[in-house]
Amino acid sequence: MTMNTEITKTQSPFRDLGKRNWWKILCVLFLIYTVIAGFLIDVPHLPILHETIRNQFFHVCMWFAMITLLTTSLVFSIRYLSNQKLEHDIIASEAANTGIFFGILGLITGSIWARFTWGSWWTNDVKLNGAAITMLTYFAYIVLRNAITDEQKRGKVSAVYNVFAYVMMLVFILIYPRLSDSLHPGNGGNPGFSKYDLDNTMRMVFYPAFIGWTLLGVWIMTIRIRIQKIKTNLDI
Amino acid sequence: MKQLLSIAYCLLSASIVFAQTANSIEMADQLRSSGKIYVVVGVLTTILVGLIIFLIMIDRKVSDIEKKINK
Repeated sequence: MTMNTEITKTQSPFRDLGKRNWWKILCVLFLIYTVIAGFLIDVPHLPILHETIRNQFFHVCMWFAMITLLTTSLVFSIRYLSNQKLEHDIIASEAANTGIFFGILGLITGSIWARFTWGSWWTNDVKLNGAAITMLTYFAYIVLRNAITDEQKRGKVSAVYNVFAYVMMLVFILIYPRLSDSLHPGNGGNPGFSKYDLDNTMRMVFYPAFIGWTLLGVWIMTIRIRIQKIKTNLDI
Repeated sequence: MKQLLSIAYCLLSASIVFAQTANSIEMADQLRSSGKIYVVVGVLTTILVGLIIFLIMIDRKVSDIEKKINK
């Protein structure tokens, strides 16, 4: 119980972030701009892709948001291991939960996009399988957390596992696809979006888009952290 | 002369073929020119604004609960 009461007194790294509003306004403005400009700007006319190239403003941003949130989770897991503060464990777990949610959205939107450009809901593309394995690794993180009832033990074990899961994510999403051929742009022998397709008009929407979606992820994460802290404080 | 003409014809037809491949990529230009893409943009903006308002309301509710607990 002493542990629980401490949580309100300690300065949370995200306490101020949750109370300040300027970045939430920025997030809303960027997202509205993304939806409007994302559909109306002129995009490169490319075979196979056609208008689906606009998915870049939505599908790709899900993965950026996921990586940002999972990195936050990793940082707070490591901090928990060094200082054993319960709130750092809460931040790590809620960041991972929100990150996993964005990852699932990325998988589903990617699947829909693949159906209409590559011809199948699921291909044996390295990046698809890598993303799926990453999701399974993080599902195991949730299961692991739910399996341990003791607060401190749960914090330590899941923090150590989180470091492992993050490394697996880096390998399967960022390293492995670059070592072999992939249907995705920018991997294997494929030219990247940045080289031919992502022209300057698209950049004008793409950069605000991924900042907007990432901020939305952070926003949802801060709300989840605050709710979890209340629950811990009330011991429910 | 005939040879020259035929070569010119070949080159010209080739350029026409290239031009066609460049233009034949199907985009939703029709939809845009008839103005109906704005309907989709309108619907999506409404959904997005609605979701954001919902998120702001949740945010405020959590703030209220936090204030009550701190009292």
